Amino acid sequence: MTATTSEPLLTFEDAIATFDPVMGFEVHVELNTLTKMFCGCPTEFGAPPNTQVCPVCLGLPGALPVVNEKAVESAIRIGLALGCSIAEWSRFARKNYFYPDMPKDFQTSQYDEPIAVNGALAIVVPTEDGPRPVTVGIERAHMEEDTGKILHVGGATGRIHGADYSLIDYNRAGVPLIEIVTKPIEVEPALAPAVARAYVTELRELIVALGVSDAHMHQGSMRVDANVSLKPRGRVELGTRTETKNVNSIRSVERAVRFEIQRQAAVLQAGETIIQETRHFHESDGSTTSGRIKEEAEDYRYFPEPDLTPIVPESAWIERLRATLPEPPLKRRARIREEWGISEHEMQSLINAGALELVQQTVALGADSADARKWWTGEIARISNERGLDVAALPITPQDVHRIIMLTIEGSLNDKLARQVIEGVLAGEGNPDEVVVSRDLAVVSDDGALLEAIDTALAQQPDVAEKIRGGKVQAAGAIVGAVMQSTGGMADAARVRELILERVGDSLG
Amino acid sequence: MSDLTLLGAAETAAVVAGGDVSAREVATAHLDRIEQTDEVVHAFLHVDRDLTLTQADAVDQARADGSPLGPLAGVPLALKDVFTMKGAPTTCGSKILQGWRPPYDATVVERLSAGGVVVLGKTNMDEFAMGSSTENSAYGVTRNPWNLSRIPGGSSGGSSAAVAARQAPLAIGTDTGGSIRQPAAVTGIVGVKPTYGGVSRYGLVAFSSSLDQGGPLARSVLDAALLHEVMAGHDPKDATSINAPVPPVVAAARGELGGVEGMKVGVVSQLQGEGYQPGVQARFDETVALLTSLGAEVVEVSCPSFEYALPAYYLISPSECSSNLARFDGMRYGLRDGDNGENGVEQVMAITRATGFGPEVKRRIMLGTYALSAGYYDAYYGQAQKVRTLIRRDFEAAYAKVDVLVSPTTPTVAFPIGERADDPIAMYKADLATLPSSLYGGPAMSLPAGLGDDNLPVGVQLMAAVQRDEQVYRVGAALETALEERWGGPLLDQIPELVLGAST
Amino acid sequence: MPALDRDDVAHLARLSRLQLSDAELDHFGEQLDVILSAVARVAEVAADDVPPTTHAVPVVNVTRPDVIVACLPREDVLAGAPAAEDDRFRVPRILDEEEQ
Repeated sequence: MTATTSEPLLTFEDAIATFDPVMGFEVHVELNTLTKMFCGCPTEFGAPPNTQVCPVCLGLPGALPVVNEKAVESAIRIGLALGCSIAEWSRFARKNYFYPDMPKDFQTSQYDEPIAVNGALAIVVPTEDGPRPVTVGIERAHMEEDTGKILHVGGATGRIHGADYSLIDYNRAGVPLIEIVTKPIEVEPALAPAVARAYVTELRELIVALGVSDAHMHQGSMRVDANVSLKPRGRVELGTRTETKNVNSIRSVERAVRFEIQRQAAVLQAGETIIQETRHFHESDGSTTSGRIKEEAEDYRYFPEPDLTPIVPESAWIERLRATLPEPPLKRRARIREEWGISEHEMQSLINAGALELVQQTVALGADSADARKWWTGEIARISNERGLDVAALPITPQDVHRIIMLTIEGSLNDKLARQVIEGVLAGEGNPDEVVVSRDLAVVSDDGALLEAIDTALAQQPDVAEKIRGGKVQAAGAIVGAVMQSTGGMADAARVRELILERVGDSLG
Repeated sequence: MSDLTLLGAAETAAVVAGGDVSAREVATAHLDRIEQTDEVVHAFLHVDRDLTLTQADAVDQARADGSPLGPLAGVPLALKDVFTMKGAPTTCGSKILQGWRPPYDATVVERLSAGGVVVLGKTNMDEFAMGSSTENSAYGVTRNPWNLSRIPGGSSGGSSAAVAARQAPLAIGTDTGGSIRQPAAVTGIVGVKPTYGGVSRYGLVAFSSSLDQGGPLARSVLDAALLHEVMAGHDPKDATSINAPVPPVVAAARGELGGVEGMKVGVVSQLQGEGYQPGVQARFDETVALLTSLGAEVVEVSCPSFEYALPAYYLISPSECSSNLARFDGMRYGLRDGDNGENGVEQVMAITRATGFGPEVKRRIMLGTYALSAGYYDAYYGQAQKVRTLIRRDFEAAYAKVDVLVSPTTPTVAFPIGERADDPIAMYKADLATLPSSLYGGPAMSLPAGLGDDNLPVGVQLMAAVQRDEQVYRVGAALETALEERWGGPLLDQIPELVLGAST
Repeated sequence: MPALDRDDVAHLARLSRLQLSDAELDHFGEQLDVILSAVARVAEVAADDVPPTTHAVPVVNVTRPDVIVACLPREDVLAGAPAAEDDRFRVPRILDEEEQ
């Protein structure tokens, strides 16, 4: 199904000239515990369908849940890292609604007694006038379980509409989730999309630093629902909001918020009203389209889960977990900036490219930070933009980039060849060494072959040769260029230059 | 050896352990008895001779190998069809689970198997344990062996009838609001609801999670205690299971903790008098007098909140049931109806559930859905949970003064089949006396107290504080001895011979 | 408080995923009304200061270690399925509802 972009939009500038946007985010993070929330089945991604299930997560009659202690610890650590209070008494509740991807036809979640409440996340938003600090209020973080995966069969597109039937794999059912809910976010209107992006980026970094999830948005281990509403400037009460579901990349969060502001502004400007609904985001054109309209308020008939006991964390336990918290991201970034000797602006572009961790991991493998930054925010970021993907979503690893840097330093690759190696790795041709072999990309390091090419070039450009002999060393550049051309770019330019100077020097006697 | 179906569980275990008879012979005798009598009683939904004999042979083999035998090794048992057991269907008396074969064993079943108990089959029950007569089974009614035109109680009516009809010396039932105690009372046997959390619920198909509890039915207090001890104990798969030693119920049943002399017994004012049949009240009064004559100090205790037990129960249990039974939607197991390629998933679920559930289950699901709804939660479910607190306080106040509380188990003897079938409120009143301890969570036993109106059995209920299960066994054993002395033998000796081939 | 009309009962039936005929709606409606009137008595207990009891025996913090336990064999998983295809549970098409 293609996105309908027929809905009228105001320009962003016109929209924020009249309306103040209010945002809210519900972020679901899949924990990387070994086992599910309520049973001992593994959580590993990508197993054959229905092989990671048991009576509990299949919701078989008679089966009972027991809480994964590690998941509770992860929830508490997330809560603490977000500055939340950890509830002295917290409970699971059943959220009742029928849906075939939910084996029990209720989701075991938390309702009015969540594990963590009332925190804040400090973020830095890049603006034209430089980085701007913003604090996002955190309403709550609570534990719940994931659903199974539905595959729609028949119809034209494999999507829900027009499908003949559906197939369900329950491997994901029961995987632990932490849902993090913000308080309403009201910022300077022009900054709203950037704040959205910065919040999700910062939150993701925190989650990764905590080691509680790999937080891969493209794999669905971190999922963002963005709530947006508008109110005419000066109005106090909130407008009707829409909820854009499962926005699956950091840049999409920014785009989705921007689109909803523009769309809602057009609706309101036309004197119409916003419908409270869920909307779907379309990667292809950055639009959102209407999903289900919430005709009547949901009646989930929450009640305390009678099969589970309350969670009453002792303060000693909480303090023990607090001691395991990583350095807060803002502080950590300041330290890294110092270590790498880069500016806040350079740091921001690293973060905006979604490449900070990748660069860090590459550095940790032994690469120089300048080299690592060069490749991740240069060629790789360029390709990710072209493809509309986050850098982290590209099939290239810090190990690959580290290897490419090493090959460059050894002199077996030059920058041009290195770009081709990156291209090959991204095309699935193997690791850098394999790509070098299969594409025959190693620089010509045989001096004999190079000297032959140099002699040819010198003979073709006697005037240049003369200048070099006359001491104008920079004139060698023309010969280097000619040699690079004749070797198809597969020569190490520095080595070529050395050889030219040697050659000319030799002939000088 | 004479008729093996006349032996109790303790005696059966003894003769098997002593090598007088084999477990296979015992099992065969009971399988034959089932074959002869179940046409009229209809206690069982599923019997598998081969599966039963395999279990019995394993016990005989273990004995031949000199392996240690459990206290109930070789004793046959009838299992309520609400527990999962590999190799057999589990239906919960519902059409919606027709043909479902669970791929796992309930913890209780694992423990029976480890103890060498031989499961004869799965017994009939009110659909998903909702009912007091076993008339709500999708697979036909079970008849009371004392009088085939009467109900055997419910929801564990198949289990009670099997024990009373000598098809099995032991049975397992589940009790949510009285579903072990009331069937035991109306069939003249012993039934115990252990302390909530005493017996694992893993593999017990949930009706009302905060109330459901498995427990023993037997022909004597000692037999019940022996089964209680085999079933009970902490289970890490059930988060509500109590992590503490099982109370010494067998020692209590053997009289090793002493008799009732010097014990304080409370008679609950609210659980007698109006609404209780004259025959029931008379047997109860006699039992109380007997306790006094045995040296117990009997006092009257008032528990004013008990009068709200029935409304609280009929809010809490339907609420939990509406959620527990949501999973029966025709997607993963059991019945699916209406899947014609046109209907969407929501409609197929609704058609399946309409076809698969009987009227009582539908009523309770809708009742619970209503009680949990946003606008009504506080007035109904929330308020019912507060009543539960008040009832607990009444019990705690009472147990500060007395060791056990007593009442009739149920207001009437077994009523005629069909009499209350479409009158929910009348049916619900069968649980009046059993509901308070269900809501509180403490242990309670029904013990035969003699015959009442229409010459049918009457039960007396003994209740104790949470985790003091041994108290009800201690008093129960003393009363049983005294009563049987008076009757000249067990009450069940007075059961009329079953008229076979004449089901009415 | 009660007095359920046909629409109320139909709404409850829909929330409960029970496809009922009009006659059934009427019959259940009457019975639910009687039951609800009876159970509404719980409101008589003045209990503002009374905490709710949700667990019969109060226990807290029951958890299990994060250790993998054997899953069910897939043939057992799908054995009871009313319909299966490609090692997955096959269900009727999902209409007019939220896309997950």
